[in-house]
Amino acid sequence: MAQETLAPAGAVVAGGGELTSSGEPRFLGPTTVRKRGFRAAIRRNWQLYTMGALPIAHLILFAYVPMFGAIIAFRRFRPGGSLIGDEWVGLHFFRLAFSTPDFWSAFWNTAILGGLWFIIGFPLPIILALLLNEVRARKFKRTVQTITYLPHFMSIVIVSGLVLQLVSMDGAVNQFLGLFGMEPVIWMQQPDAFRPIWIISEAWQTVGWGTILYLAALTTIDEQLYEAARIDGASRWRQTWHVTLPGIRPTIVVLMVLNVGTFMGVGFEKVLLLQNPLINSTADVLSTYLFRIGIAGGQFSFATAIGLMQSVIGLVLIVSANFASRKLVGSSLW
Amino acid sequence: MVTDHATPDLSAVRNSLISVKDTRGTKAFRWFNYGFLTLLSAATLFPFINLIAVAFSSEGAIRARQVGLWPVGFNTTTFQSVLTNELFWINYRNTVVYTVLYTIIAMVLTTMFAYVLSRQDLPGRKFMTGMAVFTMFFSGGMVPHFVVVGTWFGLRNTMWAVILPGALSVFNLLVMKSFFENFPKELEEAAAIDGLNTFGVFARIVLPLSKAVLATMTLFYAVAMWNSWFSSMMFLSDRNLQPVTMFLRNLIAGSLAPTEVGDQADSAQIGSNIQAVTMLLTVLPIMFVYPFVQKFFVSGVMLGSVKG
Repeated sequence: MAQETLAPAGAVVAGGGELTSSGEPRFLGPTTVRKRGFRAAIRRNWQLYTMGALPIAHLILFAYVPMFGAIIAFRRFRPGGSLIGDEWVGLHFFRLAFSTPDFWSAFWNTAILGGLWFIIGFPLPIILALLLNEVRARKFKRTVQTITYLPHFMSIVIVSGLVLQLVSMDGAVNQFLGLFGMEPVIWMQQPDAFRPIWIISEAWQTVGWGTILYLAALTTIDEQLYEAARIDGASRWRQTWHVTLPGIRPTIVVLMVLNVGTFMGVGFEKVLLLQNPLINSTADVLSTYLFRIGIAGGQFSFATAIGLMQSVIGLVLIVSANFASRKLVGSSLW
Repeated sequence: MVTDHATPDLSAVRNSLISVKDTRGTKAFRWFNYGFLTLLSAATLFPFINLIAVAFSSEGAIRARQVGLWPVGFNTTTFQSVLTNELFWINYRNTVVYTVLYTIIAMVLTTMFAYVLSRQDLPGRKFMTGMAVFTMFFSGGMVPHFVVVGTWFGLRNTMWAVILPGALSVFNLLVMKSFFENFPKELEEAAAIDGLNTFGVFARIVLPLSKAVLATMTLFYAVAMWNSWFSSMMFLSDRNLQPVTMFLRNLIAGSLAPTEVGDQADSAQIGSNIQAVTMLLTVLPIMFVYPFVQKFFVSGVMLGSVKG
């Protein structure tokens, strides 16, 4: 309503098309009238559009052109040949992927690792946030937060280096097991050990930082709700279940939807740094597989087809997770 | 408002009743909680402490699995050989250069775009926002990125292949956009009436009043670049162009032999020792800065949680 009362001053000008004469102030919200087409909008806001031009160009060049570049999944691309591939081959490379055992091995490894991480890794920050929330000693709380946030800022190369060092032949893990008389094991040659190692290191790096949004949400819960619950005789556990968790539910849902979207990506940089041929039966995920055959191996079209499948699965997952959460719990990402 | 009067008394009674009721359980839980969190903090710090211990230990002690929390057979020769390695310094300098350039470019792109997108009345705003947000959920994939940036644009083995593609984080963009949206409109209006054009309002009014969020975003970008390695792995095969994370990665992956870094005549320098020293030297700047800037990071994430 406020806009309408303010509108006439600009409206006259906009209607008459005499935009230039009235100077700059009209880019301001309330006095602007949005109509009279594209050219008028450009003329009125050219400075804003100028500011937006570079970022838009960046998006087009580095996000949308590569999306278009994914067309080589349907065309045979050879380095040195045509930039968009030499000939149209349709779904050839997709069919090829489906009949390649290594693809399926990588696919299931991705699903298992992603699934395990979702089940184990998603609740961990929630639990830690709830525990931190119970701490009354401020200094202690802040110290724990500072320490547990730290690994988040480490490069994945550092984290992988630390992991490899800890599980190496002479590393701390073997030292510890040696205390119980166990023989040292070269863990990075044990296919069964890869998933636990990956998950523990991922938890180590992300759990602390993951609490921030939950801790913020926890501070917004009305203290009176706890009082009311106590009057009703609710134990601490029941208070957590009936007051705290519902209080942070929107945060949980949003983060869950986002996590589902990254499911197929499974922290692949770390996998790439940790894996070696001896443990590829469990450690090879889709991203590392397509990196190996595509970028290192030069089968660009084949790898692009796999990457495209991965992107589409990711998009479908996040859209359906969002849809499901809107229907089931009433809160969603968009 | 009538109840206001009665509430304090009741809650006092309630609280006293409650504290009597579940003292034991609460106490047990509290002990458990403090114990658990202390253990967790120790477990978080352990790899770093172990790293420092290994970095300063001698080969014999590492091989004998004696190095835990404290250096055994104190040794700093590895530090000397890494610190006198030419490639290490070239790579370290690259990291600094890339981080500075990337942060500047990314901040210019992000702040300008965020300001544009925060203007509620701008025609096309929704379309532009959608264009940016869509890239969060869908991408062409790794290989098209590699082909397009490396071959089509011809950026392979130039630092721009590492700096440019990531120079607009949509997450950071949305955080800034929601910050600018909450910016008091009256200030901008007043400045405009005083004769400032859009550029002037942005540069002289909006930016100076957004120092906190700008600092946070700068740190986000700088840390991201400092830590990045994968795009260098894809695009930079020339070792003299690589950042220090790639130096470390090559050491770990074995494509850079420890003997190329260490003194070849000195057999006391083995891989894990050199790796530990390199890791320590790479991580040091972040470790030093981290305690002072931690609160900026936290506030940045909080800003992001404001629905944009």
